[in-house]
Amino acid sequence: MSLTLEEVEHIANLARLRLSDEEKERYRQQLSAILEYAARLQELDTSQIPPTSSVLPPRSVLRGDEPRTDLTLEQILANAPQSEERQFRVPPVLE
Amino acid sequence: MSRALLDLSIKEALHQLRSGEISSRELTQASLDALEQLEPSVQAFLTRTADMALRQADEADARYAAARRDPQAVVPPLLGLPIAVKDLLALEGVRCTCGSKILENFVPPYTATTVRRLLQAGVVVVGKTNTDEFAMGSSTENSAYQLTHNPWDLERVPGGSSGGSAAAVAARMVLAAMGTDTGGSVRQPASFCGVTGIKPTYGRVSRYGLVAYGSSLDTVGVLARSAEDTALVFQHMAGQDDLDATSMDLPVPEYRLEGGDLRGLRVGVPKQYFIQGIQPAVEEAVRAAIRQLELLGAEVREVSLPHTEYALPVYYLLAPAEASANLARYDGVRFSPRPEAENLWDVFFNTRGQGFGPEVKRRIMLGTYALSAGYYDAYYAKAQKVRTLIKRDFETAFEQVDVIAAPIAPTTAFRIGEHTDDPLAMYLEDVFTLPANLAGVPGLAFPVGFDPQGLPVGMQLMGAHFDEATLFRTAHCYQQATDWHLRKPQWIG
Repeated sequence: MSLTLEEVEHIANLARLRLSDEEKERYRQQLSAILEYAARLQELDTSQIPPTSSVLPPRSVLRGDEPRTDLTLEQILANAPQSEERQFRVPPVLE
Repeated sequence: MSRALLDLSIKEALHQLRSGEISSRELTQASLDALEQLEPSVQAFLTRTADMALRQADEADARYAAARRDPQAVVPPLLGLPIAVKDLLALEGVRCTCGSKILENFVPPYTATTVRRLLQAGVVVVGKTNTDEFAMGSSTENSAYQLTHNPWDLERVPGGSSGGSAAAVAARMVLAAMGTDTGGSVRQPASFCGVTGIKPTYGRVSRYGLVAYGSSLDTVGVLARSAEDTALVFQHMAGQDDLDATSMDLPVPEYRLEGGDLRGLRVGVPKQYFIQGIQPAVEEAVRAAIRQLELLGAEVREVSLPHTEYALPVYYLLAPAEASANLARYDGVRFSPRPEAENLWDVFFNTRGQGFGPEVKRRIMLGTYALSAGYYDAYYAKAQKVRTLIKRDFETAFEQVDVIAAPIAPTTAFRIGEHTDDPLAMYLEDVFTLPANLAGVPGLAFPVGFDPQGLPVGMQLMGAHFDEATLFRTAHCYQQATDWHLRKPQWIG
């Protein structure tokens, strides 16, 4: 299992991570080694085994449809790098 | 004199607070003084909250005074007890970095349910403790801020990711500290630092206000010096919470720990946990502890957890996959700092590229790969199926025994820098702690000896779902008969 540089760049793009060339090469090697280690899972026949996404018994958790106070908009915006008129502010999305 | 207050057990400290022999102000000041003296060497804390702590202590003393005037008054169970909180749990108004530069300026506008419950129970918070960035690590070396040093040997790591909490308890700066455990992050640092720590059943404790890493695995626990002290604190943070739909609506039993013996208790020893590569001193100490349980009346038998060796690859696919989704929220819009950027895409890429450290980026990459088109079935779906096999191993074992006793890590605390260039070698440190998280069962870590270099060795007891009580009782009986948990590093004074 050996990743190519193109695959590393594809994953970094999906994950929205700007990586240096040095980082790309390091992650290419390290992820390849980890995935090779993970390949041992293929030794097991799991054709009849259901997946586990949660160890808890499946159940429905609902609360009453009652209004309650929560954080204010000011509290939520307080940690933003930029906000304006009760909204998050970001640079232009489109040219 | 004041430092001696921090040698008290929690039970004894609470007794003396109630009787008025000591005040919370004295106890809290002793804790703050210990931080002042020891922190330059240990560096367990990212943020100190001295002013808040002294205010809380004075309020506690006022309530004790009122209660002494009015015998009818109800005093909160942990009133005036100084503790530390891992910097992965939100405390309103106090910076919460998660050990990451990407949350350098984050001041949460709310408090985690577990922290809130302990505050209602009366604790005093002296500070927030260091952690591997977003709890991703086994040595606390992945913190973006500082290295924490193991109080038993300052050249060595405290374990991780709750390394700051474990070191703070081991150096007797606080009587208890909150931790979190996604793949061993309470138990392994407890082992490396010679303290006791509970990783509860998945579903026993609310995660509201715990910054998410691997949501199907994350739990909130406590570290203290003994099983009795750990249970006293855990008692007041466990239980269902409307703000976390994964917390189960089950009563939390009263963890009443009495002396006595372990007659009738069936202890399983999994042969897969005594493998090549485990340090002889670790195996010897754990086997001696199991013999001690037998001397106390427990019936010991071998059990098999045949899929143990697969826990590592399963965990290092599932946890990064969940992390890659959970950490998508750090995009430079809601949290600062935001680096210079000309357009929104650059905001995303630059914030994340510069804000996350190497291990977090590695896991986001790994998880993104495991979830990506073409690889999902081979990695993510496959790992979820093998997780079922690991969970079934435990279900089968707990038909035969009440608790499982096993080592926590193959080694004692390693040297700072020893594994930092080889992520896979670092991951192998987690080989014995990951299965409990994947199966969702509780685990209790406690000291059972020292290696020839004087470093602590821990053992874990794993139990059936929601049976923390048996773990506390078993470890308490062991600690009544032994004194490993009473040892302290000489240099701290």
